[in-house]
Amino acid sequence: MADLRNNFVGIKSPNPFWLASAPPTDKAYNVERAFKAGWGGVVWKTLGEEGPPVVNVNGPRYGAIWGADRRLLGLNNIELITDRDLYVNLREMKQVKMNWPDRALIASIMVPCEEEAWKAILPLVEDTGADGIELNFGCPHGMSERGMGSAVGQVPEYIEMVVRWCKQYTRMPVITKLTPNITDIRKPARAAKAGGTDAVSLINTINSIVSVDLDNFAPNPTVGGKGTHGGYCGPAVKPIALNMVAEIARDPETYGLPISGIGGVTTWRDAAEFLVLGAGNVQVCTAAMTYGFKIVQEMISGLSDWMDAKGHRTLDDITGRAVPNVTDWQYLNLNYVAKAKIDQDACIKCGRCHIACEDTSHQAITQFVNGVRHFEVMEDECVGCNLCVNVCPVENCITMEELPAGTIDQRTGKPVDPNYANWTTHPNNPMARQAAE
Amino acid sequence: MGTTQSGILGGRLPLGEYESNFSDLHPPLDKHEALVASDRCYFCHDAPCMTACPTSIDIPLFIRQISTGNPIGSAKTIFDQNILGGMCARVCPTETLCEQACVRNTAEERPVEIGRLQRYATDVAMKENKQFYTRAASSGRKVAVIGAGPAGLAAAHRLAVKGHDVVIYDARPKSGGLNEYGIAAYKSVDDFAQKEVDYVLSIGGIEVRNGQALGRDFTLAELQEQYDAVFLGLGLAGVNALRLEGENAEGVEDAVDFIAALRQSKTKADIPVGRRVVVLGGGMTAIDAAVQAKLLGAEEVTICYRRGKEHMNASEFEQDLAASKGVTIRHWLQPKRIAEKDGKVAGIELEYTTLEDGKLTATGETGIIAADQIFKAIGQSFLGSGLGALKLEGGRIVTDAEGRTSIDNVWAGGDCVLGGEDLTVSAVAMGRDAAESINRAFAAAAPRASAVA
Ligand SMILES: Cc1cc2nc3c(=O)[nH]c(=O)nc-3n(C[C@H](O)[C@H](O)[C@H](O)COP(=O)(O)OP(=O)(O)OC[C@H]3O[C@@H](n4cnc5c(N)ncnc54)[C@H](O)[C@@H]3O)c2cc1C
Ligand SMILES: Cc1cc2nc3c(=O)[nH]c(=O)nc-3n(C[C@H](O)[C@H](O)[C@H](O)COP(=O)(O)O)c2cc1C
Ligand code: SF4
Ligand code: SF4
Ligand code: SF4
Repeated sequence: MADLRNNFVGIKSPNPFWLASAPPTDKAYNVERAFKAGWGGVVWKTLGEEGPPVVNVNGPRYGAIWGADRRLLGLNNIELITDRDLYVNLREMKQVKMNWPDRALIASIMVPCEEEAWKAILPLVEDTGADGIELNFGCPHGMSERGMGSAVGQVPEYIEMVVRWCKQYTRMPVITKLTPNITDIRKPARAAKAGGTDAVSLINTINSIVSVDLDNFAPNPTVGGKGTHGGYCGPAVKPIALNMVAEIARDPETYGLPISGIGGVTTWRDAAEFLVLGAGNVQVCTAAMTYGFKIVQEMISGLSDWMDAKGHRTLDDITGRAVPNVTDWQYLNLNYVAKAKIDQDACIKCGRCHIACEDTSHQAITQFVNGVRHFEVMEDECVGCNLCVNVCPVENCITMEELPAGTIDQRTGKPVDPNYANWTTHPNNPMARQAAE
Repeated sequence: MGTTQSGILGGRLPLGEYESNFSDLHPPLDKHEALVASDRCYFCHDAPCMTACPTSIDIPLFIRQISTGNPIGSAKTIFDQNILGGMCARVCPTETLCEQACVRNTAEERPVEIGRLQRYATDVAMKENKQFYTRAASSGRKVAVIGAGPAGLAAAHRLAVKGHDVVIYDARPKSGGLNEYGIAAYKSVDDFAQKEVDYVLSIGGIEVRNGQALGRDFTLAELQEQYDAVFLGLGLAGVNALRLEGENAEGVEDAVDFIAALRQSKTKADIPVGRRVVVLGGGMTAIDAAVQAKLLGAEEVTICYRRGKEHMNASEFEQDLAASKGVTIRHWLQPKRIAEKDGKVAGIELEYTTLEDGKLTATGETGIIAADQIFKAIGQSFLGSGLGALKLEGGRIVTDAEGRTSIDNVWAGGDCVLGGEDLTVSAVAMGRDAAESINRAFAAAAPRASAVA
């Protein structure tokens, strides 16, 4: 049995599955249920400063997109940080941590961008026995209009400043939660590191309008005839999150900075993908909100069974394993040649590959051969783009086959060069030409 | 090839036809089909399907594990509750159990294909011979299990997991009980029953002694002396008699014997069957005998049941299956006399029945159906000897909810117990639960080899 125990910046949990700061972690009742179901840790729903708590709308907070069979693919929300009194939350956190000493309990915090505000709340949180804090610089709606959340997360200088305050006023590990609503995710990550953060976590939700009510001409969710942009999360955001995690993992300036991966984790496989791209653990919100806390059982067994099957014993064996294989486009091997190949026994003759290639790509798949409906790749036209593979409804029917070095590429008429060569030295590259001159 | 002659003959069909007739009733799902089928599951909370399963398999979890590409983890989820999950996936009347309860029925009248998905996952794991369980450290306790059917195997496996040493005794030459000798051939192809027995036994710590019958070779009292506990999973070895004129004529047979012979035959072509066959009964056994007689090439097969369609024990699905194979099911007919010619069956005289004030009554109106073979499928009964003072009621063993009988240190489960459902899956549940009860009893008793103070 693989060992799933997780040590993230010194915070120990029995497995790498934490619940992200969100409604599932809003109060002791939920968190106790989550721990009973097997979650390794929780990031408590974001705390605000002392005083009257924020209020939420009293109508719909969520919008969604679904597959045809109502599988929830993306969720959008306009919820704010906790709307419960600070001291109620702190009391409950302390009790829960006492009841569950082996689980990770992290406090998520969002207070105004003033030193005094952070200085005031940190000792209160420390007193609960929480294992660490997460700085919520991510919330893209509501809170950002008040100069908090993503309004801070979009200004690297603010991030660095707040992280510095936190490192100064608490001994707890600091995790900085980043917003994806920014052009280059490396900038806020570098700023957090400069401020001394112990780790970053990402992504928070993405600014979005999930759908529009065409009868009432208003975005969903509609509250009394009007809507606002919300935060997008769930399976649909995973690809965006994976890229942002990888960007930070391979950036020389932040290389080695611990990352808690968030965004669309729904199955063990999603989690494994975050881990190999450099995340030390993962956080989950939408999957739990869709299926309930029991979903973690599938994640735990799936990750463990996969690790067993592949001979990986601990999380350290897999964390970051794919990072060296993420590179810039310019370093991809231009001498690598692959061609699509159709398994005629598997092909059901739907014609999708043909029309995709014919109408929109390289006219490299037949429709008829000798007057008979027959779909076959013409190697002399195929550029190896992989589009047909992705549109074919039959799994593994079309595969990309590498042309071995030395064989003639029918399209170019040239043999496949065994040597690695990339754009930086390619003759068509003006920079390369300049350098050669 | 093949013949349409009257009389009871083998080789009624061309050879190739036997093979296709007795192939898998529900062919296995391939990976893609399994993914599509699993995608329909809603991962319900407190899932009704799970409540409807007598072994309480965590159905939403195992289906989700299939959908996330982890059939091995899925199989473990199944086996944790039901070590015979492979056979149950093939033989459970899912249409009256889990699939009947599936919430997908409400909106679409089409449940998630739980049975076939269960088969997919268990097939993957068993093909890889993936072993999920190891024995706990030896407890030094010895348990005798009588009967290597679903109840006995489930009990033995759970006992072995707990570290107890188990000896299984079974009267038959092969283990598996009705999985091997009773289940319809098209539900368990490719010698699956024996493969499953091997898979279950591979945990170790279980010795099987075949050809050993309680009551003939040993008594319950002897077992009690030799073992710390005894589990009885004897099934129903007896067959109810018609008590009719002509019952001993050649061609009147017990349906269960016919089915057992059929299951043991490789080609099926050697199993003789009549040209015109009548099956008496209204349960699963009647349906199985009738359908398989038809598949062997019988020209006319009629099930006669003495009550109405709604009273039949066979499920709607089973009745439809029989109809689709060309079996005629007739209701409100009870046998009166078997007509013989030269000592052989020539036909059966039946009498119409009706319900009068809730009581089944013959109307006096009779008729004759010509037949050269008649199968009795009017119920099995518990046959026990050498059981001493064991308390029986209605001809079956009385137990409490955990499977404890009236005698100390003797447990029982499966068909031989009063109040059961006479299903493979229920036998598994009872065997498993009795093993847990035995284990608790051991734990509660003083440790066997207590340390010297
Ligand atoms: C024809 C037929 C078809 C069926 N089809 C289905 C179906 O499709 N689906 C379903 O769920 N259920 C079906 N059933 C019911 C199911 O097979 C039984 O409920 C199940 O096998 C009961 O398991 P068991 O372990 O209690 O008994 P059994 O399977 O009967 O096993 C009892 C074992 O005990 C042994 N034994 C008996 N007496 C002694 C003795 N004195 N000494 C030693 N050993 C002894 C027997 O040899 C046998 O191996 C069918 C039954 C029949 C008869
Ligand atoms: C209703 C809702 C409320 C959320 N509230 C918070 C919050 O208070 N603090 C925070 O840091 N993130 C919050 N998030 C973002 C989640 O923690 C998480 O980053 C995001 O949902 C992506 O993960 P997922 O795809 O697993 O849902 C919220 C998300 C949702 C859906
Ligand atoms: S999920 Fe619960 S709280 Fe939310 S709208 Fe539905 S019933 Fe109300
Ligand atoms: S898309 Fe796939 S299945 Fe359809 S014709 Fe092309 S190869 Fe065949
Ligand atoms: S009831 Fe149906 S949909 Fe719900 S968990 Fe069971 S199989 Fe899945």
